[in-house]
Amino acid sequence: MTWILFLEQSLNGLQFGLMLFLLASGLTLVFGIMDMINLAHGALYMVGAFLAAWLAELTLSFLWGVLLAVPLTALFGMVLEASLLRSLYRRDHMSQVLATFALILIINEAVRMIWGSDLALSAPAALSGPVELLPGLKYPSYRLVIIGVGLALALFLYLLVTQTRMGAWVRAGASNRDMAMAMGINIQRLFTLVFGLGAAMCAVAGAMLGPLLAVQVGMGESILILAFVVIVIGGIGSIWGAFVGSLLVGFVDTFGRTLLPHLFRELFPPQVAATAGPAAASIMVYLLMAVVLFIRPQGLFARRS
Amino acid sequence: MKAGRLLALSMASLLAASLVQASDKVKIGFVSTLSGPNGALGAEIRDAFNLAVKLNGGKLGGLPAEVLIGDDQFKPDVGKQLFERYVKRDKVDFMTGVVFSNIMLAGLPEAVGEKTFYLSPNAAPSPIAGKECSPYFFAVSWPNDAYHEAAGQYATTKGFKSAYLIAPNYQAGKDSLAGFKRYYKGKVAAEVYTKLGQLDYSAELAEIRAAKPDVLYFFLPGGMGINFIKQFVAAGLNKDTKLVLPGFGADQDIIRSVGEEMLGINDTAHWALDLNNAANKKFVTEFEKEYKRLPTVYAAQGYDTALLIDAAVRGAKGNLDDKEAMRRHIKEAKFESVRGAFRFNTNQYPIQNYYLREVQKDAQGRLVNKIVSQTPVLANHGDAYVQDCPMK
Repeated sequence: MTWILFLEQSLNGLQFGLMLFLLASGLTLVFGIMDMINLAHGALYMVGAFLAAWLAELTLSFLWGVLLAVPLTALFGMVLEASLLRSLYRRDHMSQVLATFALILIINEAVRMIWGSDLALSAPAALSGPVELLPGLKYPSYRLVIIGVGLALALFLYLLVTQTRMGAWVRAGASNRDMAMAMGINIQRLFTLVFGLGAAMCAVAGAMLGPLLAVQVGMGESILILAFVVIVIGGIGSIWGAFVGSLLVGFVDTFGRTLLPHLFRELFPPQVAATAGPAAASIMVYLLMAVVLFIRPQGLFARRS
Repeated sequence: MKAGRLLALSMASLLAASLVQASDKVKIGFVSTLSGPNGALGAEIRDAFNLAVKLNGGKLGGLPAEVLIGDDQFKPDVGKQLFERYVKRDKVDFMTGVVFSNIMLAGLPEAVGEKTFYLSPNAAPSPIAGKECSPYFFAVSWPNDAYHEAAGQYATTKGFKSAYLIAPNYQAGKDSLAGFKRYYKGKVAAEVYTKLGQLDYSAELAEIRAAKPDVLYFFLPGGMGINFIKQFVAAGLNKDTKLVLPGFGADQDIIRSVGEEMLGINDTAHWALDLNNAANKKFVTEFEKEYKRLPTVYAAQGYDTALLIDAAVRGAKGNLDDKEAMRRHIKEAKFESVRGAFRFNTNQYPIQNYYLREVQKDAQGRLVNKIVSQTPVLANHGDAYVQDCPMK
């Protein structure tokens, strides 16, 4: 493996990891502060992507599509929280899983009724080609934009959580909810705000990944599984844990997919390698999770003991 | 008591009357994937089949045609149930329609068990070409390997020194790359199998950039291929590496989703929009008039299947019950196929030509997949499994 290939794969891992982080950050806060398992988090990602695709077509601008989709998805998330999810906080996890799973099905079908099973969303033409970062290293410009947006939002979340009053509430809520309530924090308003923030992050991820992947019904489910892996690795309720966990998953997936088949080809006969290589690569992320769970069952940066 | 007997008698006579009527029409069971992300493929076959029946005045082989249409929802068990219903309950004369091999293989035993012919408008897996061949199965399309073999032949003729191959990690993916390698004489730089349904190919594209192959051949059906081509172009790889695809991978449905990035891509198929024969000209014109879009290979196959039934029923003079005679009439059916002349091999798979095509702009500025040369890449080409089939 040349160092240019290594660099390119690192960028790929970073790009994938940062987008996972946008999903996982909202999920980990909701899980950590509200003690609520929200399977419908992926549905917000889908709604964000559909809104962006629809608005981009109406305004004829990808940028406006994204900029409008983010607050609208946040609003949708907050309405969902205030109207429905709020009544689930005091229930046990099983009820939450069942209710939010039902929500996935309902939102999927609702989106299908409104927009159909998929929408087209293309990156702006100016970003359709590659840029030469170093001699011999060309990288798709759109993926660079995704990395930039991801890093900026990670910094924004970091500052929000560590430097602002709302951040202090969030941290307090994540480490001890009852004590935070006793100290007079308006926990209900905080929950709604956090939920809106999580939804906005989902919308950014959905809108940015839309042109790379596909804006289609059901897009949220497969990526949600990875987001859960991330928060299990990082520790529930920790933004920093979600960040580290996302990058770990991003890198392990990217390098696992390319290096493992190489390794298998060196070690085994071609027939075996062709079958076992891809199979081993697809379980790498879950292997990582199992190892973390074995060493630190509460996750790498758990807020709670 | 008397009234009961009268009722039974009248019912029996009604039944007899309906039995007589059954031979007055030709009944066809059409099972295909008509919903979900892959629903467009089944719709192409269905629309073209219906078009052929319509152009024929609603008749096939001189008999009024009744087409029962069912959606397998991309699920083998649903497909199997539909086969069972059409064959056993509705007693159809022919079954057809399925896009995907795994669904067709689940349903096929239902048809073969009742000696009902299955005329395949797409799926033509290699086991049924060889050891498991059946007198009741006809492939009207092309053997599953054939597009890939033709692409391999093209890569060899063109003198590409190294080829990079990608397919999803499942049986059809492995078969496709095996087909390519059977006719490709250069060096295989790498053979990569990705997860079925994968949508982001950044890691694979970085590997391809480092490997610098002359030609990249991939078998990624549906949405996987659409994403791959977009990301391939966004990474700037189209400047150094030639992309070659199987025909269905660069067809009008894919072009509609991907757009300008498709320009200049080559693919191989047994049919093309501008393949030069009268039947094809009529088909393309009528299809576009009826559905306001250009047909794909799937549509061409659906249309040919209807024409084949028409010719076979006419050959049998409407006698649908003599299965042995019907089999002979299907095998020797004379009709103007939109792909030009072809014939059935002893395993009832087609022997035909495969052409090189290229995505170009036509006079109206539309992106269309046009034929590069009316001279085939592989001429009178059968399949590699026929010697394993005991039928003569």
